[in-house]
Amino acid sequence: MDLFEYQGKQFFAEYGMPVSPGEIAFSVDEAVAAAEKLGTPVMVKAQVHTGGRGKAGGVKFAATVDDVREHATNILGLDIKGHIVKRVWIEKASDIAEEYYASFTLDRSAKKHLGMLSKEGGVEIETVAEENPDAIAKIWVDPVVGLSEDDVRGWIAAANLPEAAVEGSVDILQKLYTAYVEGDADMVEINPLILTPEGVVHVLDAKVTLDGNSEFRHPEYSAYDETQTRDEREAAAHEKGLQYVGLDGSVGVIANGAGLAMSTLDVVNQVGGKPANFLDIGGGANADVMAGALEVINNDPNVKSIFINIFGGITRGEEVAEGIIEAMKRVKIDSPIVIRLDGTNAQQGRDMLAPHLGDALMMEPTMLSAAEKAVSLVAG
Amino acid sequence: MAIFLDETTKVVYQGLTGSTGRYYGNLNREYGTNIVGGTHPKKAGTDVDGMPIFASVADAKAETGCNASCVFVPPPAVKGAVMEAAEAGMELVVVITEGVPAHDEAWFYNKLAADYPGTRLLGPNCPGIINPGKANIGITAGHIAKPGGPVGVVSRSGTLTYQAVYELKEKDIGVTTSVGIGGDPVPGTNFIDCLAAFEADPETKAIMMIGEIGGSAEEEAAEYIKANVTKPVVSYVAGVTAPPGKKMGHAGAIVSGGKGTAAAKMEALRDAGVQVGLNPTEAGDLMAEIVKNL
Repeated sequence: MDLFEYQGKQFFAEYGMPVSPGEIAFSVDEAVAAAEKLGTPVMVKAQVHTGGRGKAGGVKFAATVDDVREHATNILGLDIKGHIVKRVWIEKASDIAEEYYASFTLDRSAKKHLGMLSKEGGVEIETVAEENPDAIAKIWVDPVVGLSEDDVRGWIAAANLPEAAVEGSVDILQKLYTAYVEGDADMVEINPLILTPEGVVHVLDAKVTLDGNSEFRHPEYSAYDETQTRDEREAAAHEKGLQYVGLDGSVGVIANGAGLAMSTLDVVNQVGGKPANFLDIGGGANADVMAGALEVINNDPNVKSIFINIFGGITRGEEVAEGIIEAMKRVKIDSPIVIRLDGTNAQQGRDMLAPHLGDALMMEPTMLSAAEKAVSLVAG
Repeated sequence: MAIFLDETTKVVYQGLTGSTGRYYGNLNREYGTNIVGGTHPKKAGTDVDGMPIFASVADAKAETGCNASCVFVPPPAVKGAVMEAAEAGMELVVVITEGVPAHDEAWFYNKLAADYPGTRLLGPNCPGIINPGKANIGITAGHIAKPGGPVGVVSRSGTLTYQAVYELKEKDIGVTTSVGIGGDPVPGTNFIDCLAAFEADPETKAIMMIGEIGGSAEEEAAEYIKANVTKPVVSYVAGVTAPPGKKMGHAGAIVSGGKGTAAAKMEALRDAGVQVGLNPTEAGDLMAEIVKNL
C-alpha cells in the first residue's frame, strides 16, 4: 500500500521525525487558504502515487500567495504518468545546503533489512547506483538484533556525511528504522534528507509503502487504504476482496492462485490473445467469490470472452461449478465462458456443469486448449 | 527415500481445531500422514475427529514423540506458533497460512537460523510438501501426484505446483517429493535448499523447478545449479507477460525497477543448462523426454 508524500510525512512525524508544517488541499481556494495560514514562501507539491513529479511540473516554489494560486491551478488536474493530480500538499519552504538519501527495505536475498544512505540525494537512487555505486553506503540489519546507535554512526561515517550533519542524521535514521519496523513498512525512503544552511538535518520528502498483511495490527491503515489509486475495475474487485489487476486485452481471465493466474496470462498470450486482466480468486473460493469475479469481468466492456482456469487444491471443483451456475443466474454474462477444471473434486464439478454447456459456456480438457478456445472466440 | 518428509515423520497440527485445519488434517490423515494430533492452549484433552488435542507442541512431543508440525493458525498467531514449534524441537515446521506480515517472517527466519538450526521452516504461504503415496502435509490434493519418482518438484506457487505434478502424472511420471516453498518475500526454505536435497537424494533422478516473477531467487538458483547440480533440471517461470510495477497476488510477485522479470530468470536458467518450458505443459513435455532417456 503506497502512501502519498503528505501521509508519509504524517507517518514519520508519529515517530518523532522532523518534517515541515503543511496542509493538504483539494482545490485552488484550499491551497491559497493553506498558504495564508502557513505564511509564504511555500512549496506546492502534487500528491500522486508515482515518481518524477518535479520533471512533470508537479512541484513548484511559491514566493507569494498569488504564486500559490497560479501553481495550484496548473498542478491540480495535471497528468503525471497517467496519474491525475487531485490533491496538492502546501508546505513551508526550506532552505537547502545539501541533499542526502536514506531508506530501509527488505533485502530478500540476504533475508535482512537493508539500509541505504548516500551523500548524493535529490536524484533517483537508481541513477546513483548505476553511475556512482560507491556513493551509497549500505547496512544490513538482522531483525532479531536490531540497529544500534553505534551501527548508525558507522553507517553515517561510511557514507561520508559532513560533521555538521552527523548528530541530526543519527537521530533521524534511528527513528526511520523504528518507523520502518513498528509501522510494518515494506519500504521507507527520504529523498532528499536535507542539511539546512543553519546546520539542521530535516526530512523534505517521504516515500512509504506499507505491508497490507499487517493491517490487523494497524487500524490507522484503513485511512490510507481509502486513498489508494485504483481504476474502476480494480476498485470494484477490491471491494469484493479479489486480487485483480487491470490489463488492456479482450480475454477476461479468472484463475485460482497467483501463479496459475500469471501462467494463464502467459498462455493466452502464447496462443495469440491479449488478456484483459489478472484475477486470482484465491484458495477456498466459494460460489459467492466466483459469482463476484464473473460480475467484475462482465463489467469490463473490452472483454469478448472469459477464460476460467481452475486447479483445485483448497478450491473445490463442485464449489467452482456451483459459483458459475449461480453467477449465470444472477447476472447476464455478455461474453462466452470457457472453463478448464482440474484438481480437488474436479469430476464432480464437471458433471454439474455438463447440462449447462452450450454457446455461453464451454469446457476444455487442458489449459492450452481452453486458452485457444477463448482466444478464438474473441475473433468471433 | 524422499526429502524432508516420509511415512515415519510424526506431525502435530497447530490450528487443527479451526475449520481449515480440521478439513486438511483429515485429508492428510486419510492420505497416510502420521498425524499425532493437534494443539490448542484451552482445549487439551479433547479431540478433533479422533485426533487428540494437546495444550502445546511441547506437550504433544512429550506424549507422542512428534518431530514435525503443520501450521494453520491465522496470520497474527503465526509468529508465536513458529517459535513454539521451534522451541519444542520440531525438525520440520510447515506454515500454510497466507497473509503473514513480512516483518514477522524476516524476524522468525533469522531467529530460527541463529538459535534453532535444527528446525527446517517451510513457508509461510505455501501449499506444503507431499511425498506421494507416503505422506502429505498441507493442502495439495493427494491424488494428483503419482508415487515413486523419479522427479523431484519444487515451486514458489501452490496451484502451479499442482499443475506441474499433474502434468507429470498424465504422462505417467512419478514424483519423489513435491515441495511448495511459497510466494512470500522470506520463505523459510528456498529453491537452493531443495535443489541440494534433491541432488543428494538417490531416488530423485531429475528436478522440476517452477518459479515466478519478482525477487532474484531463480537467478540465485541458476547459479547454484551451474556449480552444484548434476541431475537434469527443467524449469518454468510464470509471469512472462506481467506488466512492471503491478503486484500479481503473491507478496513476492512484482517486477520493479526492471528487475525480477521472467525473461531475465529464464535466461539465467538456460545459461545454467536448465531446460526451460514456456508454459507448464511444455515443461512437462521436456521432462517426459528426459525421463524417457534416464
